[in-house]
Amino acid sequence: MIRATGLTKDYGSRRAIENLTFEANQGEIVGFLGPNGAGKTTTMRILTGYMPPTYGTAQVAGFDIIEESMEVRRRVGYLPETVPLYPDMTVYGYLKFMADLRHLPDPDDMIDETLEIVGMTERADGYISNLSKGMRQRVGLAQALLHKPEVLILDEPTIGLDPAQVVEVRNIIREIGKQRTVLLSTHILSEAQQVCDRVLILNRGRIVAEDTPENLQARLMGAERAILTVKGDADGLAALLAQIKGVKNVQARPDGGVEFQFAPGMDVRPEVARQTIQAGYDLLELRLMGLSLEEIFLELTRDSKISK
Amino acid sequence: MRNVWTIASREYRHYFLSPVAYIVAFLILMLAGILFVFQLKSVQDMTYQGYYPNPPTAANSVIYPTAFMMLFAAPALTMRLLSEEQRSGTLELLLTAPLKDWELVVGKWLGAFMYILTVYVITLIIPIVLNRLVVPGIDIKATVAGYLALILFTAAFLAIGTAFSSMFNNQFAAFFATLITFVLLWWVVGWPANLIPAASGFFGYLHAYAHLTSMMQGAIALKDLVYFLSLTAVGLFVGTVAIEIRRWQ
Repeated sequence: MIRATGLTKDYGSRRAIENLTFEANQGEIVGFLGPNGAGKTTTMRILTGYMPPTYGTAQVAGFDIIEESMEVRRRVGYLPETVPLYPDMTVYGYLKFMADLRHLPDPDDMIDETLEIVGMTERADGYISNLSKGMRQRVGLAQALLHKPEVLILDEPTIGLDPAQVVEVRNIIREIGKQRTVLLSTHILSEAQQVCDRVLILNRGRIVAEDTPENLQARLMGAERAILTVKGDADGLAALLAQIKGVKNVQARPDGGVEFQFAPGMDVRPEVARQTIQAGYDLLELRLMGLSLEEIFLELTRDSKISK
Repeated sequence: MRNVWTIASREYRHYFLSPVAYIVAFLILMLAGILFVFQLKSVQDMTYQGYYPNPPTAANSVIYPTAFMMLFAAPALTMRLLSEEQRSGTLELLLTAPLKDWELVVGKWLGAFMYILTVYVITLIIPIVLNRLVVPGIDIKATVAGYLALILFTAAFLAIGTAFSSMFNNQFAAFFATLITFVLLWWVVGWPANLIPAASGFFGYLHAYAHLTSMMQGAIALKDLVYFLSLTAVGLFVGTVAIEIRRWQ
């Protein structure tokens, strides 16, 4: 469980995060979504006891991050953005070092178990310096999972992985998220959509939106979007649509379709269909599209349009 | 204490993988060995010429040269202790592990200290050989006091190096800051002690060279012990504070 109240952090005169209040409950995967410099890493560093907040506080796994930092650190698994590895150690040696620091009762069993989860059992005796980026990421994740923490905080856990590895890591996170509290940050929006139960969108140190991925999408449907596909050549179609009253933001897509937007109150589709056919095109498809989280994110972070 | 040991033993093992550590060990052992041979040779030559020179001592042939080498070796050994962790991002791992800041700093220092003690054990060959060459054997008390002085001096200087390493992200900045501090404590504070009689008490007390040489002559004085131990404590304390300051930045 994570409960942050009014977290604020100043770096000199620059305010990195301002008055963040949020919760993440057990069995929940919460995603921090935001552009670089939005304050994701700062918030995670505060929650993990790396640095104290300037104002505000938080409870992690039932302990106060300032007053009971050691208790918090014992119960949190943290994967920083820069995967913290010692290249001169073996995978096993590294995990053994972390197990010793965490005073684990039977380190060997827990190391074996964790290596199994991240799929690194065969590389246990290999030196970290010889591992690929994806494997290093998994060793970093192993370090965070090693002590079966109640709360898992992952800063960009899938960055730099190839697509197959991304799927694996997401599956691991989803599995762990069933019982524990997971807070992860990402700037890959589809990841938040696929993995998270709830998304907090951060921009310039503030939470600009907080909801389930589905609800966020619904809330931002300020404009309807539709896509039109015709048989054969679509040349000139975009220009034609742009002249129709109520049609906005016409864009030809690389796949041959044309995308456009219109205000929700006035459905321009019948008119679009009529004009397209009259102009001699063979209309194949005209359908509505939801906004992707990516667009919501851009929309929200552009100038914090909607408040919580 | 368990955490201190975990950090120290990782650090200790790391030295055996590090070229800098081997260079330091090589230079110390080579210098001590060469000096020892030269001293034996000069004593032998003087004896042939009919003089009765004093036989070489452990202090002259190994302890003092080693201490002098440590002025340069200690900064090289300590420069990366914490600044490297900062650079590679592993400091974030250690500072979010259930580990107190002082345990980290003391563990780092202890790792370096244990490494150099291992090198010192090898230098014991010289007093052992010397003991067989001179009659009626070397001054055991002075040798023990000399080694104790060397060990305490090393502990203190490594602690200073550790403190600078936790202050700087750049290893070379840490190296030079440490070296400059050593030069001040070894030579420079000796000058005002001689020039200004009123201040000689204060500057004289800071003078590491004076404490070291007085112990090497076989006199284990409380003021010398206190000097080296408090210098060690100050170094480790400053190192810990520097880590805490880092957290606030």
